Amino acid sequence: MAFMTLFIITGAVAVAAALGLLFARNAVYAALFLVLNMFALAVLYLMLGAPFIAMVQITVYAGAIMVLFLFVIMLLGAEQLKEDGGPIAWQRPLALVLGVALLLEVTYFVFAALGTGVRLLPPPEGFGDPHAVGLTLFQQYLLPFEVTSVLLLVAMVGAIVLVKNGRARAASSSEAGEQ
Amino acid sequence: MLWQYVPIAILLVLSTALAVLIVLLDALLGPRKPTFRKLSPYESGMVPIGPGMRRQPVRFYLIAMLFLLFDVEVIFLLPWAVTFRKLGLFGLVEMLVFIAILLVGYIYAWKKGALEWE
Amino acid sequence: MDTTLLLEWTIKAVILIFILLTGFAYLTLMERKVLARIQVRLGPNRAGPYGLLQPVADGIKLLFKESIIPAKADKVIFVLAPLITVIPALVINAVLPWGRTVTVFGRQVSLYVANINVALLYVMAIASIAVYGVTLAGWSSNNKYALLGGLRSAAQMISYELALGLSLLGPVLLAGSLSLVDIVEAQRRMWYIVYQPLAAVIFFITSVAELNRAPFDLPEAEQELTAGYHTEYSGMKFALFYMAEYVKMITVSALFAVLFLGGYLGPFESQYPWLGPIYLVLKILVGLYVLIWLRATLPRFRYDQLMRLGWKVLFPLALLNVVVTAVIVVLMG
Repeated sequence: MAFMTLFIITGAVAVAAALGLLFARNAVYAALFLVLNMFALAVLYLMLGAPFIAMVQITVYAGAIMVLFLFVIMLLGAEQLKEDGGPIAWQRPLALVLGVALLLEVTYFVFAALGTGVRLLPPPEGFGDPHAVGLTLFQQYLLPFEVTSVLLLVAMVGAIVLVKNGRARAASSSEAGEQ
Repeated sequence: MLWQYVPIAILLVLSTALAVLIVLLDALLGPRKPTFRKLSPYESGMVPIGPGMRRQPVRFYLIAMLFLLFDVEVIFLLPWAVTFRKLGLFGLVEMLVFIAILLVGYIYAWKKGALEWE
Repeated sequence: MDTTLLLEWTIKAVILIFILLTGFAYLTLMERKVLARIQVRLGPNRAGPYGLLQPVADGIKLLFKESIIPAKADKVIFVLAPLITVIPALVINAVLPWGRTVTVFGRQVSLYVANINVALLYVMAIASIAVYGVTLAGWSSNNKYALLGGLRSAAQMISYELALGLSLLGPVLLAGSLSLVDIVEAQRRMWYIVYQPLAAVIFFITSVAELNRAPFDLPEAEQELTAGYHTEYSGMKFALFYMAEYVKMITVSALFAVLFLGGYLGPFESQYPWLGPIYLVLKILVGLYVLIWLRATLPRFRYDQLMRLGWKVLFPLALLNVVVTAVIVVLMG
């Protein structure tokens, strides 16, 4: 019973934070709502018996990715949403169609799962603790783990190329302008 | 499992209550005599020049990006360190490959001057 | 059963907050006294015997000061920023083990708020939230020095967080657990500072940088940034930033003691578990003294030097330490 109450509260916070993100007129507020959403997700992971993922959720998403977002917002000076530009013309209808499709999909899967009568078993002892995660990750999912490092490498090179080349081009164009 | 986190939740609630109480007391007890000069930004007594919020240099973005990528590496190392005794030599080789690939990125960043604060 | 357990947890949480706040108050006095002695002065000695009431006087003074919110500031985030700074600083201490189990009124009570199997990751997670407080305080102030100070501080904190995270791996590799209680218990034979001297040094340097304290106090470099991210703060909202900084000093010293100095372990601790907290407090005091000593001795880094030290020296060294430790663990079997 207490579990169900906690679930409903956390779920409500997650949804409210997501809505806040969508409707915030200020990009910094939107980012903060997303952080709150990450925290709600972390609590949901905890409730699923996955403390390791819950803590990683906070460390990586709230502690690193959202800091990056904040820096980018401040880098662009894009705190305030401008009214004049507006979204691209076909963006809203497309978003509506895709949103409805997603909603139908989720509803179908929820009811399909209810129909089968399969009940979730409680997780085994030690499930989701760092030891279990480590063993699964480094034995069963070895290849995806190693491929992750390549992915990280590509992201790193991409970021450096973007910043460094962009800066070099800006420097050369400003030189050309002065002449 | 979940009950282990209840004490942390209690501590969180109490700390939040205390911090909010302090901010409320601050608003209640302090005097309030705002003047134009007092509410303008403090720039060592000079008249403020330009807006307070302005666009910030791109190197902050680069630092945050590099941090994010290496932070993921550190996070992967944690469960590895916990299970290391069980994984043994196999685990060591696995992690050396992982670190070696990321080291290529680190050396690239170093050579490109991305770790430099100009 | 359930209500008594809830009561026990609540009492422990209240005691922890009380200890941290009293510790904060008297740490400010200790810092001023020690700094004064190092500079051949007396330090505060008027309020009460030996100046012992000075923190109380300071607190009352700040409480009755006008708290200014700048006209063009973002008011919501301006008020939120000190809260976001101080709450994680308190909550992070939940996993600190002060000792083993003692008997109070015939009841077995463990001397920690929570013992979770991901404790060290919890510490990293909560510590990574601290970046928001400074960034948002700087951003919401509508002051260019505050904004630059906040961003500098954030960039500094995330840069040093990497080497900090890697330095934690040494003790984890040796203990094979992320639980701080397990890590302390694994040091019964020998403190980890003996096996992991490099990790200990890196942990200490990087955590001083995380604290934004001298010689890493660039976010508050008064010559160039007035007072950094909290330039516009006054009254108790300023006091909250101050409180967070000093509570974090206690946390860092405690973590150093737990990871490298055997935490609550000491002679006769196994017979008399009550000695545990006393040993831990003594070790924390040593750490705090070193932090103050550093402030009195070392000049401030330049920002490019600081970034170079973090990315080009501490990060590779910490990574090397992890690899070498792992190789030795494999060789030893």
